[in-house]
Formats: sequence, C-alpha cells, structure tokens
Amino acid sequence: MEPSITTSIGQIQLKRPVMLASGILGISLDVFNRLYRSGAGAVVTKSLSTEPWEGYPNPTIFSIGGGGWMNAVGLSNPGAPNFAKMIEPNNDVPIIVSLVGSIPKDFELMIKQFENCKVTAYELNLSCPHVAKVGLEVGDDPELVKEIVTTAKNSTKTPVIAKVGLGTTHYLKTVGTAIESGIDAITAINTVRAMAIDVETQRPILSNKFGGLSGTPIKPIALRCVYEISSKYDIPIIGCGGISTWEDAVEFFLAGASAIQLGSAIGDNWISVFDDINKGVLKYMKKKNYSTIQEMIGLAKKS
Amino acid sequence: MQRNHNHTTIVTVEKVINETPTVRTLVFSDEVMSQALPGQFAMVWIPGINELPMSIMISEESGKTAFTVRKHGSASTGLFNIEEGQQIGVRGPYGNSFDVKEGNLLLVGGGTGLVPMMRLLTFVKPTDNVTVLIGAKSKDEVFFEDLANSLLKNNSHKIIVSTDDGSYGEKGYVTDLVEKLVSENPYDGVYVCGPEIMMHKTVLAANSKNIFVQASLERMMKCGVGICGSCCIGEDLVCKDGTIFDGNHLSQNKEFGIFHRNKAGILENY
Repeated sequence: MEPSITTSIGQIQLKRPVMLASGILGISLDVFNRLYRSGAGAVVTKSLSTEPWEGYPNPTIFSIGGGGWMNAVGLSNPGAPNFAKMIEPNNDVPIIVSLVGSIPKDFELMIKQFENCKVTAYELNLSCPHVAKVGLEVGDDPELVKEIVTTAKNSTKTPVIAKVGLGTTHYLKTVGTAIESGIDAITAINTVRAMAIDVETQRPILSNKFGGLSGTPIKPIALRCVYEISSKYDIPIIGCGGISTWEDAVEFFLAGASAIQLGSAIGDNWISVFDDINKGVLKYMKKKNYSTIQEMIGLAKKS
Repeated sequence: MQRNHNHTTIVTVEKVINETPTVRTLVFSDEVMSQALPGQFAMVWIPGINELPMSIMISEESGKTAFTVRKHGSASTGLFNIEEGQQIGVRGPYGNSFDVKEGNLLLVGGGTGLVPMMRLLTFVKPTDNVTVLIGAKSKDEVFFEDLANSLLKNNSHKIIVSTDDGSYGEKGYVTDLVEKLVSENPYDGVYVCGPEIMMHKTVLAANSKNIFVQASLERMMKCGVGICGSCCIGEDLVCKDGTIFDGNHLSQNKEFGIFHRNKAGILENY
C-alpha cells in the first residue's frame, strides 16, 4: 500500500506534514491558495497584532549565505481585524493564525475577530527576537505566558499552539508553563537573535541593527530543541528552523516532531520546496517500509 | 568566492547625472549588474537610510551600470542625495525580463518607468521599427529623449514626447496617444512601465487589439526574493513572478490597476 504523508498534531489533521512558517509570504488569501496547491499542508499567517503595524524600514531581509538569512521585518501586518475579513472566504486552505501581543486581553480580542473564519489553529508567537514588548519579551516571562495561554485557550475551542524560541528564560521552562496552562502543541523554534555588520560601510545592515537568524545555520539548534522537548514532555511538536530538504524534515520527525514548518528555504529554492519535501519524505517512507508518518516520530530517541 | 546575489555588495558611485530637477542617474562599476536583462531590478541600500527596489539602468561605458531615481519618499530622496564617491549597497539582479519581440515595437515609459525601456532598447534588432513614447508632467521633467535617439540611431524609429501640460511635445496624457497608436499600427510588441493607471490603460488598449503587451509592475518590496510577501498582487509576487507580466495574465488579475498594498499589507486604492 502507498504510504500516507498525512499527519496529526494533537487534534489538528493535515494532509501533508510541511507548512509555511509564520512571517513568510503570509498576507493574502490568493497566495495561501497558491502555496496550498504547491504542496504546503497548512499555512501559518504573519503574526497579527490588534492594530496594523508597518514594521521596520528596510533593510529588513537579506541572505548571509549558506542557506542562512537575517531578518528584522518588525512584525509588519495588517492587524487582526483586516486580516480576518481577508480570509473570511477561505474554505480550502488549512490556515493557522499567528498572533502577537503584550497582554492576555490582546489575544482574546484578536481571536474574537476570527469567529466567522475557518481557522485550523492559533499559534501564539512568544518568541519573536526583535520587537520590544512582544515575542520573546513575553515568552521570557513565565507568569505572562501562563496568563496568555490560559486566556487564549478560554477564548476558543480551536487548538492553540505556542511558538517558543531561545530567550533568557530556558525554552523548556516556557514549554512546561504553556503545557500546564493547557496548550495543545508547541512550535520550536523561532529565529535566533543575531546581527550582521557590513565591513565596508562599518555599520549594522538591518535598520533595526538586531534581527533573527533563520535558515540552514540554525537547523541543528532547532533539531536539538525538538529532541529535548519531546524527551521531556508528552506534547505534539511542530519542528521549525532551517528545514530545506526532505532529509531535514525526516530528521525532525525522528527527533519527535509531528509536522514541520519552513520559511527561509523559500528564499533560496522558491515554493517548489514544499512538493520536493513531500515527495522525498514519501520516497523515504517507501524505502523504510513505513505506512504513516506517525511510525517514525521520535525514533531517534530509542537506544 | 562566488558572489551571493542575496547579500549586499558595496559599490561606489562614480558619477551623478542631473536628468531633471527631481531625477538623477547614479553611475557605478559592477560587472554583475551591468549584465542585467531588460526589466530586472536590484535592491539598493542607502546606508543608514533605507533600501529600495530599483530598475537597473544602462551606462554607456562597458562594465558600468546605473540607477535613475526620482526623489519622492525618504528612501528615494536618500538615494537621490548620494554624491560622487559615496557608497551604496546592491543585491540582485532580481526578477524576470521582457520577452523581446521582433518587428514593429512600441515602448511606453512614464517618468522613471523609462529606465527598463532604455535597457530594452539595447536588445532590439537593427531591423526592428521602434516607437518610444515618453510621458512626463511638463517640459522640465522630460529626460532620456536624446539617449533613446542615440540608442536607436541604426533603427527606423520615432520618439514621441507627451507632456500633461503641453509645455513640450504633444499635449495630454500618454495613454491617449497609446490608444491612438495601437489602433493605427499592427505592433508586434508593446512594453510599458510607469504609473500603474498608465500601464493598466496601455494593457487594456493592446489587449483589445490582440497585441502582445508586457508591463513592469511596481509594489512595496522588503526582501526582493519571495519571502516577505509585501509585493503580492493577487496570487503573484511581483519580485519572483515579475516584475514583468503579460497583458493576458494581467487582465485576469483582480488587483492590477486598482489596488496596491501599504507597508502593513493593507489593500489601498490607486
């Protein structure tokens, strides 16, 4: 029998295990449809705030080579109310709505905006490394994480995912707090706070000076985090960080991820990367004689 | 080491040419950019100020290339104010390029939309019959007329200038002339770059006569490489799928000529 690449992340069922990560290409429903047709199992939206944000001035994104990318876009987004209106006609695409805010009330207000939309899950961005008062600053505060997750969970029956990253509070502690507060799944990890300086002009390249490093250079770090989370907790995990090939995807499954997200790989390989990974994973499953993704999740932890 | 096209390369501006009171051309040496195809763009970093997408202008000197910028917002004004000897960063070239037809060609450029047209002129065959339509607000803002003439010195050609106020060339909107020209001439290809309303009307006019037409679109851009999504128009990304689009494709697009997105990604009317 042909193996199946469908996967489930707790209650969330996906036809394909590779999703578009938050922050990438995520502002129009037409583009979401195109990505879904191109092989993405789900798309995660840009992180939405209660109000529209313009983000930082350029330069905001560039490559550092070797599949590595730097960005400090500054969470530019049209705001949750505008965005909800835009995706209201959606019926086909599994959309995971990423949310960013400073206080629990922000999340409650934003989730309300999506009452008339088909939303597969919410992903709480607790880990953006380059915008003040939100993201990592929230994720580093266990009390705030607890309140935000509890509020989000009480605001909807739709599954809620927490996206964690490498901040000053150990991410395993943040994951623990989120689980205690009722979170349904964890996405790990976000970009890693970083910078780049141009030696000729002798100044930081990003207008914000600091940004997030993503892509191939952070893959081994993200993989380690997924392995550690799955070793310590019984929670569905979405692996994210530097995935660009089917081998990368399989590594994350073996470390304990039920699904994966990618973004930077699009900058190097464009959107054919989704289908390439799906096909590669399927081929690997045939070779190893697996009929479901489930069979290989966490296998690297055996010994 | 091979150059990473997605990482900024620093170049020094060697010459600044005043085209009009609000438009300047900055010339610099860069083998990679000088070989750009007509319609391709670069992301241009003005250190300490901003980074913006610019169509890659030609230079008469081999190995050199240029940007022609009109001062408008803070980023373009920052680039406009760059002086000889100052440094800027470039990455790219990005985007697709014009599909260069042969025969009877019409090139329409409004303002700095003439930049890709000048590079396109370096790709026409000596046997082509070329008409260049230059649109400007007033006489002060007309540029590249002499350059177009010199690039076409071996071709049968015509340069038509139209100014909105009639202070030079023909009076009126360039789109009225486009409509007249495409109804009277069986063009093999029409190419347009300029304000979106002008491109929209040009595309409609050519489409109605079943004439091959391509437009080079402009949208807010952050990354230039298909990551940020800022430049989406319908399901297309201007940076990756364009900037050049066929008229037939554009006629199916619900946003072309009507909406663009602001920095937050919200649709706004033109």
